[in-house]
Amino acid sequence: MEFYFSAILLGLALCSLGFGIYISLRIFSIPDITTDGSYTLGAAVTAALLLRGIPIPVILLIIILCGAFAGIATGIIHTRMRLNALLSGILVMTSLYSINLQIMGRSNIPLINTKRIEGTFGFLHDNNLQWLVVLLLFICLIWVLLSWLLKTDFGVAMRATGTNEVMVRSMGVNTLNMKVTGLAIANALTAVSGFLVCQFQQFSDINMGIGIVLFGLGSVMMGESLISAFKIQSIGIRLLTVVAGCIAFRLIIAVALEVGINPNWLKAITALIVLLVAGIPQLKRSAQ
Amino acid sequence: MLQAENLTKYFNRDTASQILALDHLTLQLNEKEFAVIVGSNGSGKSTLLNLIAGNYLPDEGRIKINGNDVTTKQDYKRSKWIARVFQDPVQGTAPDLTLLDNFRLAFLRTKPKGFRIGINSSFRNSVREKVAVLNLGLEYKLNTLAGKLSGGQRQALTLLMASMDDPKILLLDEPTAALDPRASEIVMELAAHLISKQKLTAILVTHNLRIASHYGSRLIMMDKGRIMQDLDEELKKNISLHEMQSWFV
Repeated sequence: MEFYFSAILLGLALCSLGFGIYISLRIFSIPDITTDGSYTLGAAVTAALLLRGIPIPVILLIIILCGAFAGIATGIIHTRMRLNALLSGILVMTSLYSINLQIMGRSNIPLINTKRIEGTFGFLHDNNLQWLVVLLLFICLIWVLLSWLLKTDFGVAMRATGTNEVMVRSMGVNTLNMKVTGLAIANALTAVSGFLVCQFQQFSDINMGIGIVLFGLGSVMMGESLISAFKIQSIGIRLLTVVAGCIAFRLIIAVALEVGINPNWLKAITALIVLLVAGIPQLKRSAQ
Repeated sequence: MLQAENLTKYFNRDTASQILALDHLTLQLNEKEFAVIVGSNGSGKSTLLNLIAGNYLPDEGRIKINGNDVTTKQDYKRSKWIARVFQDPVQGTAPDLTLLDNFRLAFLRTKPKGFRIGINSSFRNSVREKVAVLNLGLEYKLNTLAGKLSGGQRQALTLLMASMDDPKILLLDEPTAALDPRASEIVMELAAHLISKQKLTAILVTHNLRIASHYGSRLIMMDKGRIMQDLDEELKKNISLHEMQSWFV
């Protein structure tokens, strides 16, 4: 049980990243590979600053800015230099690898002896319980903020940018700036997941981001199947399907490990899950 | 209201497939004038609209709106004056957004899109009243995604949206090309009504000579990127369909 509970907790810690992918993938139709880099960036900066005893709220603020900068870099390369979105993401992700190494100074930083965010709730003596509270607080806060943002006039313009750029420009929206802003928000959210996960697993590792974008894409797509099954219109509830997707994805992986699959195969399993989630609806469609 | 001076536009310039789409074209539209432009494919009609709207920049020449030189202004900045209806009904609305969301954007065409929730009950009611006028039953579909509506419904919506937030110039690029005859009529009647009610300066590009003879206060015929015929309201009234057809021979 303990094992599945921590799988759920990890899923919750990755929800912020899921929300970010929801923005880049579902709103702007960009599979944003910067995610791999900005997730590790969030973790790397968090670890480096925790070692130096910087207060956690300050760290949170800094990693949000770092993630946003990564998104802005990809966005500017994509919209101003007009490179393909995938290539722009790959460029930034690859250079972030070196930047992350530079920030951490080595490839792995253990966070066992540093202060960590769940310590704020030290009065709850169970570590898992502390994390549950921390993660639910984060998810609620981000969910409220995002649902609000997407309903504002700015949010309407942002959602429209991904669906009909010509029309949105004729409505006086600078769609290029809108994309950059969207990618900034998406990667800031991704960095928050890096911030949470490194404290949850008590270390930051230079390789922790490899393939994490696939986890995000798969989670959003799993959520998407709920959206179409229940014909969900409300933006707020659509966002919640991302939470369900993230938890479901981690649980599937937990089951795979439980039945004794070699952990070396985890990335392949992740890819396989995404392939199934993305591919089956396509096959169904072509069969019709 | 609208001045285009000496507009020239090449496509694929300096390549083997170079096309001269507009050839030193000069056009002046006064306030409340409703010009209908006809011409065969490739005559430069749509290029002219796209240059006015700012989708492309001209190779030569200047464009002024209401005395402001907008020649190098980007399309989204010109939306302050210009509203558009596109040939393809799909282009005028955001398909994944509800009808209400679409109207919200149209309502804010010249205003900043800020951090407040603008879709409240009073906004909903005003949109309901506006779409009810169309008699298409859209007042019951405010929360429907625009992509689920028919081409005629979407084109009528685009027109309504274009008329919001006080535009000065309305550009209609073959708005009925993709519609059946009944939907075409609804859309054209609505366009004519909005243009006269809101005192808009308008340009309608069309292939349909019947529509060209029936609507508008000025008739322009283009060929090879130049204006070949330019009839004022009086002359336009007196020209027969037959005569118009003879331009294309």
